[in-house]
Amino acid sequence: MKRIALLGMPNTGKSTLFNRMTGGAARVGNWPGITVELLSGKILLGGDMVEIIDLPGIYDLHGFSDDEQVVRHFLHDNVPELALVILNTTQIERQMSLLLQLKQLNINFVVMLNMADEAKKFGITVDVAKMSALLELPIFLLSAKYGSGYPEALQAITRALRYPTPGMAEHLRNQLEQDEHIEAEMARVLKHTVQVPARLSDQLTEKLDNVLLHPWLGLPIFFAVMYLLFQGIFIFGQPLQTGISAAFSWLRETALVPLLAGLPHAVQGLLLDGIYNGVATVAAFVPIIVLFFLFMAMVEDSGYLSRAAFLMDALMARLGLDGRGFVMLLMGFGCNVPALMGTRVMRSRAMRLLTMLVIPFSLCSARLQVFIFFTAALFSARAAPVVLFSLYLFSFATAIITALIFKNRFRNTEPFVLELPPYRFPTFRQMVLRGWVEVHHFLRRATKYIVAGVVMVWLLTHLPLSAVPAGHDTFAGMIGGALQPFFAPIGINEQLTIALIFGFIAKEIVIGALAVIYGLSGAALSGALGHQLDWVQAYSFMLFTLLYTPCLATVATLQSESKQTRFTLLSLGWSLGLAWLVSFAFYQGARALGY
Amino acid sequence: MSATTLVSATTLAALHPGDTATIISIHAEEALHLRLLALGFRTGKRIEMIRKASFSGPLQVRIGTTDIMLRRIEAAKIKVLKS
Repeated sequence: MKRIALLGMPNTGKSTLFNRMTGGAARVGNWPGITVELLSGKILLGGDMVEIIDLPGIYDLHGFSDDEQVVRHFLHDNVPELALVILNTTQIERQMSLLLQLKQLNINFVVMLNMADEAKKFGITVDVAKMSALLELPIFLLSAKYGSGYPEALQAITRALRYPTPGMAEHLRNQLEQDEHIEAEMARVLKHTVQVPARLSDQLTEKLDNVLLHPWLGLPIFFAVMYLLFQGIFIFGQPLQTGISAAFSWLRETALVPLLAGLPHAVQGLLLDGIYNGVATVAAFVPIIVLFFLFMAMVEDSGYLSRAAFLMDALMARLGLDGRGFVMLLMGFGCNVPALMGTRVMRSRAMRLLTMLVIPFSLCSARLQVFIFFTAALFSARAAPVVLFSLYLFSFATAIITALIFKNRFRNTEPFVLELPPYRFPTFRQMVLRGWVEVHHFLRRATKYIVAGVVMVWLLTHLPLSAVPAGHDTFAGMIGGALQPFFAPIGINEQLTIALIFGFIAKEIVIGALAVIYGLSGAALSGALGHQLDWVQAYSFMLFTLLYTPCLATVATLQSESKQTRFTLLSLGWSLGLAWLVSFAFYQGARALGY
Repeated sequence: MSATTLVSATTLAALHPGDTATIISIHAEEALHLRLLALGFRTGKRIEMIRKASFSGPLQVRIGTTDIMLRRIEAAKIKVLKS
C-alpha cells in the first residue's frame, strides 16, 4: 500500500487536514525506527487504498526535540511515496525554511498553503503559480478548516502518487546540514512571491489578549473559565452517565437475567456481576470522555490553552511542570482518565510523565461521592463542608509534594518556548471528530484491563463458593484479615479494607460494596458506620481513599499512555505508600493528641 | 562600537512591555538555539516585548507576525539593542 506522510510545523492545521482526509477513521500504530505511536488512516484515492500518516509537528528537521527526532527517524526508515507538506500561509516567511529542508530529501512532494482564509484576512497574497515554478513543486492554497481548495489538492495528491519515489532519504543528515544555502534560497523565493503588509497584527487577538492576559484579571478569568468548563462537563455528563448506567441495568434485568436463568448460580454471577458490570463500568466513562475532549478541543483550537500556560507557568515552572499541566490537573478533578489522555499536548516525555504522576491525586467526582456519604454519616452539617474542603487541600498539597519530589527524576530538558497562535473559532466538525477518536482509543485500550480487573475482584469476593459473598471467609475477606497489620495502625477495620479492595476498580462502587459487606443500605448503613467508627477513623479512611490508586480505568490509562510498566508501577506504589503514610501520620497524631 | 550602543545593549529579559529592540546575539545551548532559530529569532531581527506575566512568569514577544512566549531565564540568553 502507498503511504502519504503529513509534515509541517505545529499550528499549521495539519491535524485538521488529517481529520478531513480520513474522516476521523484513524488508528494508532507502531512504525519501524521509532518508539512512539502515530495516528494513521486508510482512504481510497484514485482507485487505490492509501495510508495517511500524521507525523508530529516540527519546527526544524535538524532539531533535537523528541518530535523532531521521531520525524527524522520515521523518514529514514519508512520513506513515504508522497510527503504532504502543510505550511501556515500567515507565517509563510518563517515556515518556508522547513519546506526547503524537506525538499532536499528528494522525495515526492505536494505542498499545501493552509489557512488561506486567515491569510486573506491579514492581506497576505501569495503568487502560487510563480512559487510553484521557483520551487519546482506542486503548491496549493487551501483552508483545511472550511474545505476550500481541498478537492483540487486531493486531485494533485492522486496524480503525484502515480510517480515512483525518486530518492531515498539515506544521507539525511549530510544533505540537510546546509543552513546557509537554505536561508539564501528562502530569501530569494519569498522576495519574488510573497507580499506581507509592513506590520500586521490581528486586532481582535490583541484586544482579547489585553483582557485575558491582563496582569490582575488574567488569573481570575482563567479560573472562572476552568470552573465553567468543569461545571459544563459535570452538568452535561452526570445525567448521561446515569442514563447509560440505567440502560445497562435495564438490559440486565429484562434480557440477561431471564436469559441466563438456566445456568448455575456461580456462572450467572461471574457473567453478570463480573464481566457485564466491567463492560458497564467502561461504558459509563464514555460520556465524560466525549465531553472532556469536546471542551478540550475547544480550548486548544481556540488558542486559549497557550494563554493558560502563559498565566500559570510562574507557579508550575517551580514544580518542574509547565502551565498546560495545571489545566490537566484541574480537569482531573472531574475525572482523572481524560486528564491523563490530555497530557498528549505536551511534547516532552519527561514532563508528560511527571504530569501523569501528579494527576491521580486530583479529587475526582467519583471520590467525592464516597466523601459526601462519609461526611454526612460521621460529621455534623456544620463541620461537613470544612471536612470536604480540607480533602481538596490535601489533594492539591499531595500533587505539589509529588511534583517537587519527582521533578529531578523526570527532568524536563526541553526549553519552554511556545508560539501564541491567534485566537480562532473551533469548528464543530473538528471538535466532534476529536471526541470520537479519543473515545475509540479509550475503548480499545481500557476495556480489557477493566473487565479483567472487575472479574478478578468478583472472584476474590465470591470464592470459595461456600462463603457469604464479600464476607469473612472469601479470599477478599482473608486478604482483608491478612492486611490488618497494615491497616490497623491507620484505623481502618476489616470491613473497610474489603471496601478498599473494591475501590481499586472504581470509587463509585465503594459505598455499594459497604452495603453488601454490612448487609445494610442507605440511611441504615450511615447509622451503622456512625456507630462503629469515630471521626478520626473515618477521616483516616477518607484520606486513604483520596490518595491510593484512583481506579482501574486510571491504571489502564497510565499504562496505555506511558507504555511503560515500570512507570505504572511507580505511580501505583507511590500513591499507595503516600496514602498509608499520610493516613498513619493523621491517625496516630490525632490519637496522640487525645481524640 | 560607539558609547551609545554599549549603554543600550541589554538582554531580552530586561525589556519593558512596549519596548522594541534588535537582536544582537543569542547565547544558548544547541537545543534552545535551534528552537529559537526555527521560531524566527535571528541576529538583526526586530523584536517587540508585548507583556510580562505576573509573579516572574513568562514573557510574550513578537517577531514579525509571530507571537512567542518564553521564560525569563531563556530570554536572558538573548542580547538585544534597545531602540
